[in-house]
Amino acid sequence: MTKRMSGAEILIDALVQEGVDVMFGYPGGVVIPIFDVLYKNEDRIRFILSRHEQGAAHMADGYARSTGKVGVCLATSGPGATNLTTGIATAYLDSVPMVAITGQVRSSLIGSDAFQEADMVGITRSITKHNYLVDDIRSLPRIIKEAFYIARTGRPGPVLIDLPVDVSAGFLDDYVYPDSVDMRGYKPNVQGHSKQIHKVAEAFAEAQKPVIYAGGGIKLSGAWDELLELAEKTNTPVTATLLALGVFPQDHELFIGMPGMHGTQTANFALTECDLIVSIGARFDDRVTGDVNKFAPQAKIAHIDIDPAAISKIIKVDIPVVGDAKQTLQELIPMVAAREKNGWCHQISEWKKLYNVPFEQGSGSVIKPQYVVQRLSDLCPSDTFVATEVGQNQMWAAQYYTWRFPRQLMTSGGLGTMGYGLPAALGVQAANPGRTVINIAGDGSIQMNSQEWATAFVEKLPVKTFILNNEYLGMVRQWQQLFWERRYSSTCLKETPDCGRTCEKTGKPCDRMYVPDFVKLAEAYNCLGLRCSDPAKIDETIKQALAYDGPVVVEFIVEKEANVYPMVPAGKPINEMLEGDA
Amino acid sequence: MKKHIFSVLVENHFGVLARVANLFSARGYNISSLTVGETEDPSISRMTIVAVGDDSILEQIAKQLNKLIDVIKVRDITHRQHVERELVLMKINAPKATRADIIQAVDVFKGTIVSMTRDELGVELSGDSDKMDAFIEYIRPFGIKEMVRSGKIVMAR
Repeated sequence: MTKRMSGAEILIDALVQEGVDVMFGYPGGVVIPIFDVLYKNEDRIRFILSRHEQGAAHMADGYARSTGKVGVCLATSGPGATNLTTGIATAYLDSVPMVAITGQVRSSLIGSDAFQEADMVGITRSITKHNYLVDDIRSLPRIIKEAFYIARTGRPGPVLIDLPVDVSAGFLDDYVYPDSVDMRGYKPNVQGHSKQIHKVAEAFAEAQKPVIYAGGGIKLSGAWDELLELAEKTNTPVTATLLALGVFPQDHELFIGMPGMHGTQTANFALTECDLIVSIGARFDDRVTGDVNKFAPQAKIAHIDIDPAAISKIIKVDIPVVGDAKQTLQELIPMVAAREKNGWCHQISEWKKLYNVPFEQGSGSVIKPQYVVQRLSDLCPSDTFVATEVGQNQMWAAQYYTWRFPRQLMTSGGLGTMGYGLPAALGVQAANPGRTVINIAGDGSIQMNSQEWATAFVEKLPVKTFILNNEYLGMVRQWQQLFWERRYSSTCLKETPDCGRTCEKTGKPCDRMYVPDFVKLAEAYNCLGLRCSDPAKIDETIKQALAYDGPVVVEFIVEKEANVYPMVPAGKPINEMLEGDA
Repeated sequence: MKKHIFSVLVENHFGVLARVANLFSARGYNISSLTVGETEDPSISRMTIVAVGDDSILEQIAKQLNKLIDVIKVRDITHRQHVERELVLMKINAPKATRADIIQAVDVFKGTIVSMTRDELGVELSGDSDKMDAFIEYIRPFGIKEMVRSGKIVMAR
């Protein structure tokens, strides 16, 4: 049955048909027709109003990462649209399925430098999987169908639809939402080549010291059960990237933690000494490989990935397999021979015994940030979703939280976007009402999108933010300390023109002042604000926050110059780790 | 560094050239030449891209082109049997003293004189790139006032 509908009505109907139940965004001139339809359809789609479009994009991202569904955000033309770009780029680098809808000026004005005009298709070309400018209402249903299909299939990613106001306010007489897509240029290959999969099985049989290197692709294709089965059948240790934390049981004897710059000693030694790497849905990011020329020098490398361009991009691969992780593993598992534990497994457990030790708060009076993360992990319910900001807070979260399920962690891995965590956590909460959602934050990052506490309060999204406040942009400060002779240029968040950097020169602490005062800031947004600087009160503060029925901001005043260890200096081989008294 | 010829079938709609050009600039690949035109199917255009790089870059170029949604097919036809043509138009400085030599060269290279003034000849020449280069080299000492090269178009045999 066909219906006469406006472009905006078509859009909302199509979103409903694509299963969208929540979307995020911000209104503006050219999207009023769309908001008018949203107003009349609030029983079909919940619209969450962010306080900044970047927040809306990260919310859609958090929604998508925690559910596996496509996240949707909406912004007006010009500045609204350009404000989405950081969120779109974040989703692009981490292969998050997203559809971003932007308003555009009237078609007849495009190219005239009209009010609030920006060339969004041009601007987002290299940060989207694909993008569209809708130049004719007749193509709108097809474009929406294609956008969702492209966003969630193959290697997922963001797709942008730029919608001129005359299209959303215009009418189509014979609207039908298509059932399927027909794109001759887009046919992702999900079925790995059997001969290649056989070669992976043979490589397993020949290897004495294999390692499975699991990436975000495991999560995206839902291949965690298969991963566990493969690892257990072959007794192969598994390292999981930042984006894959949670896909493998953390307490499993075969799990060796995260690889790379802030990875575990065990993972980095194992990758360096192994004779086979089976990479599944990972992309050999430079934060994982360190010096590429010295990465896994003796290893044969098999790479299973749905994106052919990810294979042999960084490291020459011996056995490429282009295909979906889940399907490929299902085919591979019966082909591999079961293996007993050997000397390699023994070596791995020796390393783990040596290096895998819980963090100690010690008897000092200053809170250690790592310990706070460990306590959060112990005190939060086991089905808690965790978002992080970017920097030290993110790495400590990755290292000291115990990951219990695949989609537990939302973190900006590829782009490293400060300000990601809070809005992402709100997106997660909107998608998962009733679940505990926390954001592990630094005092720097949280200030990049702290306006979203307003969204948290009015939309009743009771996200708990735990700020590890060291009064520094800690990760950059750490690099300055280790590699730039402690010249803390623009990393102290309290530095004033007249402070004379006494702390750098003398190591003396400066007067305590709160900029901002996070407790007051929280209260300004009607959130509960808590501050804790006493190690003895960490647990009770966390419990108080978790018990509160509403959004909470907890500030832990932590050791100022705590560092993230181990650390592989940029460009060094990954077995050359700095270790320190964290 | 090697030079490779990619024959790329793309959707014939607005913005596709920008996507391809953007891919090369965003990823730092070098294009030596790019031509684009409609095929026998008006909904499809063919781009002929000559790119320079080492083996891994050339492999990435093909893969990244393939990832573009508007790209239908990518073929590296460098090592396949193919016919390759380029067109050059040029204005050559041609006073009386050298004019006969130039006309003779155009004749030998099977070019065409397309315009003529008292001291200038306009010449059109097509063929493979080696022939173009040889002709240009020969003519250069006479004085090339303006030159336009089309870039390669290539068809697999």
